[in-house]
Amino acid sequence: MLLRALAAAVRAVAAILTLGDIVRQERPGPASREAAPAPPAPDARASALVAGALLVSIAATIAFGAAYALGAQTQLLAGTSGVSLAALAVAFIVWGQRLLQQEQITEERAPEPSPEEARRGAEEALARGEREISRRGALGWLLAGALGSLGIAALFPVRSLGPGPDRLLFHTKWRAGAPLVGIDGKPIRAADLLIGSVATVFPEGYVGDPSSQALLIRVEPGLLELPPAQLAGAPQGFVAYSKICTHAGCPVGLYRARTHELVCPCHQSTFDVLAGARPVFGPATRPLPQLPLRLGADGRLRALGDFTEPVGPGFWGMP
Amino acid sequence: MIGHLVLWLDDRLGAASFLRKAMRKAFPDHWAFMLGEVALYSYLALLGSGIYLTFFYTASGDHIVYHGTYRPLDGVPMSEAYASILRISFDVPAGLLIRQFHHWAALVFAAAISVHLLRIFFTGAFRRPREINWLIGVTLLLLAMAIGFTGYSLPDDLLSGTGLRIAYSILLSIPVVGTWSAFLLFGGVYPGADILRRFLILHIFLLQALIAALIGVHLFLIWHQKHTQFRGPGRTERNVVGSPLWPNYTMKSIGLALVIFSVLALLGGLAQINPVWLYGPYEAWQASSPAQPDWYLGWAEGALRLWPAWEIRLFGRLVANPFFPSVLFPVVFFLVLYLWPWIERWITGDARPHHLLDRARDCPWRSAVGAWAVAFGIALTLAGSNDVIANLLGVPVEIVTVYFRVMLGIAPILAAVLTYFVCHGLQERDRQPERRRIRAIVRVNARGGYEEETLPTPDSPAPEPGGGESGTGS
Repeated sequence: MLLRALAAAVRAVAAILTLGDIVRQERPGPASREAAPAPPAPDARASALVAGALLVSIAATIAFGAAYALGAQTQLLAGTSGVSLAALAVAFIVWGQRLLQQEQITEERAPEPSPEEARRGAEEALARGEREISRRGALGWLLAGALGSLGIAALFPVRSLGPGPDRLLFHTKWRAGAPLVGIDGKPIRAADLLIGSVATVFPEGYVGDPSSQALLIRVEPGLLELPPAQLAGAPQGFVAYSKICTHAGCPVGLYRARTHELVCPCHQSTFDVLAGARPVFGPATRPLPQLPLRLGADGRLRALGDFTEPVGPGFWGMP
Repeated sequence: MIGHLVLWLDDRLGAASFLRKAMRKAFPDHWAFMLGEVALYSYLALLGSGIYLTFFYTASGDHIVYHGTYRPLDGVPMSEAYASILRISFDVPAGLLIRQFHHWAALVFAAAISVHLLRIFFTGAFRRPREINWLIGVTLLLLAMAIGFTGYSLPDDLLSGTGLRIAYSILLSIPVVGTWSAFLLFGGVYPGADILRRFLILHIFLLQALIAALIGVHLFLIWHQKHTQFRGPGRTERNVVGSPLWPNYTMKSIGLALVIFSVLALLGGLAQINPVWLYGPYEAWQASSPAQPDWYLGWAEGALRLWPAWEIRLFGRLVANPFFPSVLFPVVFFLVLYLWPWIERWITGDARPHHLLDRARDCPWRSAVGAWAVAFGIALTLAGSNDVIANLLGVPVEIVTVYFRVMLGIAPILAAVLTYFVCHGLQERDRQPERRRIRAIVRVNARGGYEEETLPTPDSPAPEPGGGESGTGS
């Protein structure tokens, strides 16, 4: 249906562009053989149209030059250059369709396969060279070995394009005792964050570090349904999770305070903050790793250590 | 003058006999044969505008603080790349026009290739002897998506940076080689050392050179094998009927090129696209919502969104979720697409060369397969905007997602079945010429009124008395 509509639209545009000639030619005409073209009828209207179009094009080109020189708006530059090109297009198309003699020519196709003799000749020429080379059996194998190993060696520099993944995917900049700071680099104090609010946090000294970004959320302490070990890292309802979606790595930026859900804006993976950021909707399969926290006597929040799991999307070596 | 040039060339190259034949080469006329040309000319538009843009673009992720013409971002830290895009957009005369022209041309390029591919598919133009050009064409579609994505990532704005992050995660999910390939491409753990420089080289050199080379081979093969044609009087498997290359076809083709350039210029200046200054510079801890890629990657985005929360462990290792919708599915899909000429030959047993095209109705089952794929692609693309649709309809995004998961199974099958029967219906109509017969002739009479003469039809053997007058003169 859509295709047909598209076809109709393209056909309509083509019909307008070519004054219907292309569309008409598609219908089999009576004389499609190499018929002698009719002598071109003098077409005064078409000539006038071409002349007019060319004049419009020249005028629009001059206007474009003037607009550019005067530092005009983008819209004016586009309008003038667009009209100039469009008028030129009209001139070409009308010229081609109305002022040139229209003729349909017929070309014969040669069959694709060459004559049998040529095919056999080609085969023989190839085979002869191959025989010459393979006669030196061992030398031929050596040559293949030399070329092959050179080819493999040429791939070695690819290794220099980056470090190996080794442990880089397992660790972030969070260390035991690292103070939480906000995007502005200022330390996060417990008193700064009201219940129901959320902040993007980094370890002190690493503001903006892509792997270490975390979300600090404050909920009613009694609401958290975490196993005791995890609950210990969420003092007084302050709970922090990696901000990197475990699906495709987007920052999980949306927080639905009413339902305590974090939503990834990219693919709508939804995580239940109260239940250890367990995924409840969307393509994500793994919870957001938790960042264990402690609340110091000075009212500042600090990390108890790195995230409990590797952060971000899954990979082959992920435990 | 031209005569002298021909003689000069012929003295050195012996080009005269080639030229004589070439100028009189026949190109069949049909609107659908222009689709490939649209792709070609939008490619030229991309090349010209792209070269211009490289003179101003800085491929650097180093951060600076912006103090430029665009006041709303004054004092904001951003990469040099993003700042150079702001400069192109606000300070370089005609820079915004050419940048937007380039972006629109990329969208048209991908669209033209896609529709061209559909034309080739539905008309059976991929059949022997044109399998090589089919392989090249499918490769060009993949390259168009890749070069589009690398170009789209260069401004280092919030939207494209998020796309880059997703691409990294998809690479990461590939079994065995995933982590290594992600680290080698990005130069380390995301966001990597100098991904922008690497993407620039991929965008303006590597992918671009591949596309240029393949377009060259594609055109050479069309030239060598001669164009296909639809059936018609005087048209056979052994000939090709059409306009001569010079001057008729050339004039028409230049006209088409100018139409495309004109449309792109008007779009480039009048229809805003990718206003990166509104998205802001990329920061790894920020994301914008809603976020959609350019249209030609909408299917990939939709696949990621619809794939359920499912992944497997293999030999104690993880095959992560994005692998299935974003690696396995496209690999299988494009493998089938690549192999289609052979798959069809295996099904039909028809290994003969074909120079006359099918109409879509001539091969209903092939058209049904094509309709299935088109509907599947459209459904995936729409699903890539499930959040936008949810917003528009005021429905929770979860419901929209589940709806699309169901429709992805149903809609393509409906489209295929419908197409199959419509094709058969059209064939049936072709076989019954009497249904197209003229049933009545209306004439203007001397007084300026109208006369109708009803002709006998098989349905009504007894002709009504004709000559009833309707309408009046003044």
